[in-house]
Amino acid sequence: MTRKAALVIGGGIAGIQASIDLANMGIQVYLVEKNPSIGGRMAQLDKTFPTNDCAMCILAPKMIECANHENIRLLTYSELDELTGHAGKFKAKITKKARFIEEDKCVGCGECAEKCPTKVNDEFNAGLGKRKAIYKFFPQAVPSTYVIDPDYCRTLNGKKCGVCEKICKANAVNYEQKDEVLTIEIGAVILASGFDLYNVAPLTEYGWGKIKNVLTAMQFERMICASGPTGGHLKRPSDDKEPERLAFIQCVGSRDIRHKRYCSAVCCMHATKEAILAHEHCPGLSSTIFYMDMRAVGKGFQEYVQRAKDQYAVEYIRARPGRVTENDENQNPVIHYEDTINREFRAEEFDMVILSQALVPAESNLSIAEKLGIGLDEFGFVSNPEGMTNPFGTSREGVFGCGFCQSPMDVPDSVVRASAAASKVAEVLASA
Amino acid sequence: MSVRIGVFICHCGTNIGGIVNVPEVVEYAQTLPNVAFTEGNLYTCSEDGLSSIRNNIKEYDLNRVVVASCTPRTHEILFRQNCELAGLNKYLFEFVNLREHCSWVHMEAHDDATLKAKDLVRMGVAKVSLLTPQEDLSTDVIRACLVIGGGISGLSASLTLASQGYHVALIEKKDRLGGLLKDINRVFPSNEPSSHLLDPLISSSSKHQNIDVYLEAELIDVKGFIGNFTVTLRQNSKTKELKVGTIIVSTGAQELQPVGSFGYNRFDNVMTQLEFEQRFKSDFDGLNRVVMINCVGARIEERKYCGRFCCITGMKNAILLKEANPEAEISILQRDIMACGKIFEDYYRTALEMGIRFIRYNVDRPPDVTGSDNVADKVRVYHELMGKDIEIDVDAVLLTTPLVPGEDNQKLSRIMRIPVGNEGYFLEAHQKLRPVEFPSDGIFLAGCARYPTDISECISQGYAAAAKAAIPMAQGQVITDAFTCEVDPSRCSACGRCVEICPFGAIDWADWKDLKGKTRSVAMVNPTECKGCGLCSSSCLSSAIKLKGFTDEEILAMVNTV
Repeated sequence: MTRKAALVIGGGIAGIQASIDLANMGIQVYLVEKNPSIGGRMAQLDKTFPTNDCAMCILAPKMIECANHENIRLLTYSELDELTGHAGKFKAKITKKARFIEEDKCVGCGECAEKCPTKVNDEFNAGLGKRKAIYKFFPQAVPSTYVIDPDYCRTLNGKKCGVCEKICKANAVNYEQKDEVLTIEIGAVILASGFDLYNVAPLTEYGWGKIKNVLTAMQFERMICASGPTGGHLKRPSDDKEPERLAFIQCVGSRDIRHKRYCSAVCCMHATKEAILAHEHCPGLSSTIFYMDMRAVGKGFQEYVQRAKDQYAVEYIRARPGRVTENDENQNPVIHYEDTINREFRAEEFDMVILSQALVPAESNLSIAEKLGIGLDEFGFVSNPEGMTNPFGTSREGVFGCGFCQSPMDVPDSVVRASAAASKVAEVLASA
Repeated sequence: MSVRIGVFICHCGTNIGGIVNVPEVVEYAQTLPNVAFTEGNLYTCSEDGLSSIRNNIKEYDLNRVVVASCTPRTHEILFRQNCELAGLNKYLFEFVNLREHCSWVHMEAHDDATLKAKDLVRMGVAKVSLLTPQEDLSTDVIRACLVIGGGISGLSASLTLASQGYHVALIEKKDRLGGLLKDINRVFPSNEPSSHLLDPLISSSSKHQNIDVYLEAELIDVKGFIGNFTVTLRQNSKTKELKVGTIIVSTGAQELQPVGSFGYNRFDNVMTQLEFEQRFKSDFDGLNRVVMINCVGARIEERKYCGRFCCITGMKNAILLKEANPEAEISILQRDIMACGKIFEDYYRTALEMGIRFIRYNVDRPPDVTGSDNVADKVRVYHELMGKDIEIDVDAVLLTTPLVPGEDNQKLSRIMRIPVGNEGYFLEAHQKLRPVEFPSDGIFLAGCARYPTDISECISQGYAAAAKAAIPMAQGQVITDAFTCEVDPSRCSACGRCVEICPFGAIDWADWKDLKGKTRSVAMVNPTECKGCGLCSSSCLSSAIKLKGFTDEEILAMVNTV
């Protein structure tokens, strides 16, 4: 039934949805993902607002559908090198990076990682916890194949080791594996490269990186997730104690002309969600959310915020804290802020502080945009010259954008944009 | 062949495992009759879990599978397909819900939840033993789509489907296309006239050879199922029947008229944002002092939701007023400014830099609009930052109100058997991942019919709904679930209860020749129209109807183990 082909770049929820829709229309899809697994940012989340659906529970079936679909070819751990041609008749060159593991042999048993002597900071867990130099990207990874990190593997860096090769019963380890270059022919391209987390270290006033009990929202998300570094146990980094009072600071790096002046669109809701989940983990716990405007604009969002107040001991204070300091005696972070409603300065102590960091377009956008020959805006989001009349367009015909790489947006908006971009691709292919 | 059951029990991270003692349930399941293999998984739906099911089907020669995890709504298809990949008929699978039916509702009672989980697993095992292999049914799909509502969402959906080569019937109850956007003066953030955006879409839809536009048309009836709907319209007091394969609902919404609030209806110069746009267009003479009140009728007890883009609508009109007269004093009384994302935050900043004043008010101390005769001249409001009441002189007061659900939603909901949520908007299949689909196959949703949605989101949703509608039309065939009802004609007493009760019109009369060669009329189920709801089988007085996959024997086997 397959007739025409499309390239989707980015295997997060937007790229996955676009791929499934295209494939179901009978279009051959090449889904390119730079990481060793598809899943994207949503795979890192514990639950999703406003339904508190477990993120992995609703994402995993889609990841697997992608992997099993007869019309989808998954190219994980791969990157685009070049796009030539024109709408309806493009040629793309893609590099499939060496995993140093034979994909058809690896059974994902994990014995290699158990024995590997090299520990590395785990980026999937937002730097909390460690992984090995041979690793699976995350427990539910698709494909579930392991990968060797060439930056840290002892053998690949000329040191004596070879442990994983010896231990692997499937003989899947291959230190000699080389990058592979593929050329594919497609009629249209969808970019769904998603977002990165803004580095909050330069916002020294909030003490991240110096005060142990100040975390970013993504670190907190990993901490409350069952598959995260603490197995879902909420504990303070300084003393492993369960916290009783949390504070969330909103717009850290967002809506700030010194950093990113745009609104990241999802943080009001993820802070509310994290406060609700924290309360579920530790029933005595209370949270305070420091915000500028409570942007709960989606379906069911106002009710969600109300529920947080009524049932989960969440207090909202309209204030932009100026500073976070640390109480030396108990390592409690202290938030200094002006309560604008009561018009007074306050300093309040919490057990942990969570920073709702700005979300920025994926760093890889810069190089991808150049290879795709499309324009980006001043922030690095995909620019859309036709504005609202073609919300999926880019500056190159036949290349479309969807999801967070266009502008900050939540999961429902991303999947809508993904399906919409799929419809655009179907138009291009129908006329090609 | 003896029955050999595999039972896979999911921790679902901590969702189930944090409450139910999963290892204990796994051990217990091993003791149940016909169970040949059991296992606990952190996530049974992960590739690890799925491949374990496949491998163990082969290794242990399993011919029945039970997964005890979450809900069939999201995961049944996945597990069934997985069984199929391992060579097992996919209908020899039984789903036990340990999350929604157990761990989530018994969070405080771990021991009892574990006991209940064992009961549920035992019931699942009892049922799966009796299941029999079934075959899917397939039907052809008509390559045409009915789009209900000719606003920006419906126009977008129609045009993309038509360009992909599908036929579209676009019906609109008014005498013109364009919907609510047609009434809007200018659009944010470009501030261009809405006609620049809308007119090209209206003209291409009207001219497109694949689109039939029906104006002043009303939907009377929808019968059938995905791939093969029969739709009845009334136009100019004549009825017309159309055959389509899919349906998109894009019926829009309407602006709230805040009767009785803030001097609305009492003062001539108090009006909604939309009324302002229609009354003044671009001649703003005499409007030197304007106050806008946001969240009128929104984010309050009787209407809890946020109108999503009304803040931006108010800002747009404030910017237009200020551009026409930079000396104009414009104040926006607001509760939170909802300028989400990239473009709107800049738009907000532009408004601030132009000197538009944003004043925060508290919902418990709302502004007060006063005046004499039928003219409002003052707005008094408690200024939260200053901590005191202030008074503002006004030439006009604009009330920013949210959209409210379309008046036909309830009627359409009945005609098409599609759900409406608490607020009166249509309810999608899944809020997070299926925002433009209905639970019923073949019917999709776009734009303000679902929830207040700005223009570019309406366009996106129109395209997204079109993609979903295009899928079955591109495939040309739909597979229907084999779990449908079947009449045993020898037991049918032809009472007709089932024919009346079936919500899908799937049961009809047919002639049947009995063993003695005598012909009589009996009820017959058309399996392609049957949704397997079971209403007929449970109401049949002669026990003549069975629902495959839920037969009396199977259900009783479950009940008898408890």
